[in-house]
Amino acid sequence: MSVFSTVLARDLRLALRQSADSLTVVAFFAIATVLFPFGVGPETNVLARIAGGVLWVTALLAALLSLDRIFAVDFEDGTLDQLVLTGAPLPVVVLAKVCAHWLTTGVPLILVSPILAVTLHLPIAGYVPLVFALLLGTPTVSLVGAVGAALVLGTRRGGVLLSLLVLPLYIPVLIFGTAAVEAALIGRASTPMLSVLAGFMVLALTFSPWATAAALRQAVE
Amino acid sequence: MVRRMDGGTGEFQAGDFQAGSFSGAGLACRRGGRMVFSGLAFTVAPGGALVLRGANGSGKTTLLRLMAGLTAAVAGQLAWDNRAIDDPDAHAGRLRFIGHLDAIKPALTVAENLRFWMSLWRGESRDTVITDALDAFDLRRLAGFPARLLSAGQRHRLALARLVVAPAPLWLLDEPGNALDESSLAALARAIAAHRARGGAVVVASHGAAFVDGGSTLNLGDFAPTDDAHWSEQ
Repeated sequence: MSVFSTVLARDLRLALRQSADSLTVVAFFAIATVLFPFGVGPETNVLARIAGGVLWVTALLAALLSLDRIFAVDFEDGTLDQLVLTGAPLPVVVLAKVCAHWLTTGVPLILVSPILAVTLHLPIAGYVPLVFALLLGTPTVSLVGAVGAALVLGTRRGGVLLSLLVLPLYIPVLIFGTAAVEAALIGRASTPMLSVLAGFMVLALTFSPWATAAALRQAVE
Repeated sequence: MVRRMDGGTGEFQAGDFQAGSFSGAGLACRRGGRMVFSGLAFTVAPGGALVLRGANGSGKTTLLRLMAGLTAAVAGQLAWDNRAIDDPDAHAGRLRFIGHLDAIKPALTVAENLRFWMSLWRGESRDTVITDALDAFDLRRLAGFPARLLSAGQRHRLALARLVVAPAPLWLLDEPGNALDESSLAALARAIAAHRARGGAVVVASHGAAFVDGGSTLNLGDFAPTDDAHWSEQ
């Protein structure tokens, strides 16, 4: 097995054994979203108009909860030292860990998002663009988040610092993710926004593993 | 290729590696603004052993991490077979580092922990090799247990068992005798002897290195900066 698949398989197995971690993220996503009808009021058209934005913001916050786990545990128990010393390129190891993070947090968020969209009265036309936007946007969230997670290793209260560091970088994804849903609601094509989201993903995929690897080497020094 | 040695002591030969000599010259390292050591030189021949000695805080761990390429030196050069090491990944591929942290995942079983490292380092995992490594450190009956149930000594033995699942020409061991009982120390001594017999080199930081026969000693106190130079860099 290659280094990529070995690390991916181990992280998935660990996530499966400690499935409470993934469930917490999904539960946070659900509860935070359900708070909005209570706060904004039950008017269907108001909720329908904000549904796309609300789902995107809560999904970002939920993903943020899990980001520090990508490297923090490995850093504390010495695994990170060993992963740096595999002799394989570190960006490959990083990419495997980010993949595992996306599969264990991004994918569950995508799966529950249509159900939560019902509670916000999202019109039927918005469902497909919402799922596709999340499908293209959440990998970017994991990739960019990994850079932040690697940078805050070893700092006190790294979680708070991480959100300050990473949330501003999510703004472009948020704008185009929400716009993809809204375009569909007013009868326009959402493909331009989805293309931009795909572009962000390719960009993050190109730079994030190297930036993360550099930050990890700093962290273990 | 996996083949048991005579006597059934648990050692085995698994795979092959290109033995080489490991050396360093003029090494200096600074931690948190303080010079830990400077002008340090060492050589470990194939099959040789180097024991690092020194008081607490004299830089044994720092030197081992520097040898592994985890920490950068402020001066000096490491060399493999007298060629300067300029590719950290190539160097990492020929060493095994056992530090204070045991890198064990509590949620995985003892065997799964070993299997992960074996497939990471060798690209495959073989149950016979895993079993032999568990035998070598008397962990076989714990193979199916989650690692979170292990005692400190058992965790440390599991970390050491990683050394034998994937051979590499250079072992860097930081206080490998910590938390080990008599029979585990003997197992460690056997593993190190077998490694050296195959031409492997080993560097050990230790207070009482009863598990290394012969080999040279490097006293880190000899390379400590003098007191007036101590804080001048801040």
